[in-house]
Amino acid sequence: MYDVKSKDGTEWFYSETVKKHFFEPKNLAKTKEESEKLTKEADGIGEEGSPACGDMMKMWIKVKDNKIIDCKWQTFGCASAIASTSMFSTMITENGGMEIEKALEIKPQDIANRLDGLPTRKFHCSVLADKALRAAINDYYKKTNQLDKIKNDRIKIVDKILKITDHDIEEAVLDGARTFEDLQKRTKIGIQDKTCIPEAEQLLRYYIEKYFVKQTISQ
Amino acid sequence: MNRTIYLDTSSSTPVDPLVYLEMHRYFQIEYGNAGSMHAKGLIAAHALNLSRSKVAKILNCHSDEIIFTGSGTESVNLAIKGVVNKLKNKGKHIISTTIEHHAVLDTLEFLEKQGFEVTYVPVEPNGIVNPEKIKNAIKKETILISVMYANNEIGTIQPIKEIAKIAKENNILFHTDACQAANSESLDVQDLNVDLLSINGSKIYGPKGVGCLYKKEGIRIEPLIHGGGQEFNLRSGTENIAAIVGFAKALEIAQKGKEDYKKKLTPLRDYFIENLLKIENTILNGDNEKRLPNNVNITFLNIEGEAVLLKLDSEGVCASSGSACTSKSLDPSHVILALGRPYEAAHGSIRFSLSKNTTKEEIDYVLQIIPKIVQELRNISPVNLKIEDIKNV
Repeated sequence: MYDVKSKDGTEWFYSETVKKHFFEPKNLAKTKEESEKLTKEADGIGEEGSPACGDMMKMWIKVKDNKIIDCKWQTFGCASAIASTSMFSTMITENGGMEIEKALEIKPQDIANRLDGLPTRKFHCSVLADKALRAAINDYYKKTNQLDKIKNDRIKIVDKILKITDHDIEEAVLDGARTFEDLQKRTKIGIQDKTCIPEAEQLLRYYIEKYFVKQTISQ
Repeated sequence: MNRTIYLDTSSSTPVDPLVYLEMHRYFQIEYGNAGSMHAKGLIAAHALNLSRSKVAKILNCHSDEIIFTGSGTESVNLAIKGVVNKLKNKGKHIISTTIEHHAVLDTLEFLEKQGFEVTYVPVEPNGIVNPEKIKNAIKKETILISVMYANNEIGTIQPIKEIAKIAKENNILFHTDACQAANSESLDVQDLNVDLLSINGSKIYGPKGVGCLYKKEGIRIEPLIHGGGQEFNLRSGTENIAAIVGFAKALEIAQKGKEDYKKKLTPLRDYFIENLLKIENTILNGDNEKRLPNNVNITFLNIEGEAVLLKLDSEGVCASSGSACTSKSLDPSHVILALGRPYEAAHGSIRFSLSKNTTKEEIDYVLQIIPKIVQELRNISPVNLKIEDIKNV
């Protein structure tokens, strides 16, 4: 529990930018009163994660002309989650606000780049902001009656015997799985249901590309 | 702000100046190999023998029952793997607890893959194992019981003597991982009645990279490392004389001073706990009396431990956390979970381990900054649990 360095030498030390955003987070709902006010006035509200998982995020957005003009948030999360969300909220609201579709395309890697890097194993912590935004945007679509635009992350069962989902594969990739052997070690996928292996391999490549494609080997 | 308040001695202690003083000549002046047939070698061998008898005297055993190793982890590995590999024809069942250090847990997990069966006895909500439950776990095939002396996260002191008695009555070998206990608890192996006991240097104001295993005469174990036959053919490799000398000295100082250590730190610990608990929705993890004099482990509800550590660090305070975000596995502390606490309590747990030099003034400083840090993080947390929501003790 108490070893702060990971085995592969990727240290927990954070970049100056990460620290800056951790100690002085941007767009934070700083008090309970402010969050109550936001709940009344926001165009969309999203909540993801749970404290039991060690990470929970709540996000309030304001939308004008299809652009996100304001994004406030609160978190039960670690330093990386706080810094990533601070940066993420900055990215989607700067220069008059980002178009909804563009905001939804931001990858954890993009946030990490703006933060001058995050330890690989902390990528995990930056994903929740993205999911909370997705939930807030869906809430906005619901409130404005644009139901056709709502997109949900459908969960699909890949390994039919052990009931392992695409979401499990995504989690494994975020936790460091890079080869099918890694993935199998973590999830036991394809051990009994051998028919799912090609699809699992495909998803593995997809998620590695989604989260880590621009990542340099130096990490 | 340049001051550092180091409250993480359960991770690592500084080397005591007296220990350092004894060690340093063995780096550059007396550098001989204890196995060599010349004057330099004899001096090294003499230092090794002296250290061994010093440790043996403290543990109340014979010199040839002390095996020097490279760490507490190595001692634990040697004890557990060494014994079960010799006894596997007799049985393949091992008993341990859910709150052991990873050195024990991961070794046992490794053995499970080799076909051994392990029963992990759960602890009570106060973090102490009930010896009756150990007794009930015994089977015909049980060959080893391994229970830690004091827990590294929550500092709870386990009823080692009672468990050792149960082991004896059932003719089962008993090992205890005593790495965290050596500053304040008795290590008299006759009185404790243990068969194997592991300790190391880095928790007792001695050097890192050295430990020892007490192995009662007559118990046969298989070595992990083969080679030149050092340490009674149980741990090959040229002896690290400087580290061994330092370890023996550190153990001597720690055991001589253990009553003073307790007398000094217990009231300071209790003062610290009492004041931390004044912060609302805060709980103490582990028994409030049967715990190490230097251990404080607190859960601040609704906030995450890593964020607390970073804020503490920026104020010069070193502590550690059971949060998943501070572990390599991304799993929260197995010890806090073993108390029956929910995951969210493990994520927000902070361990302060006091040093023998910690002052009340330092504790007051920490008490002054903590409420602010906790409040800041709670303000930005969307979670709002109360103690009643999670308390099951």
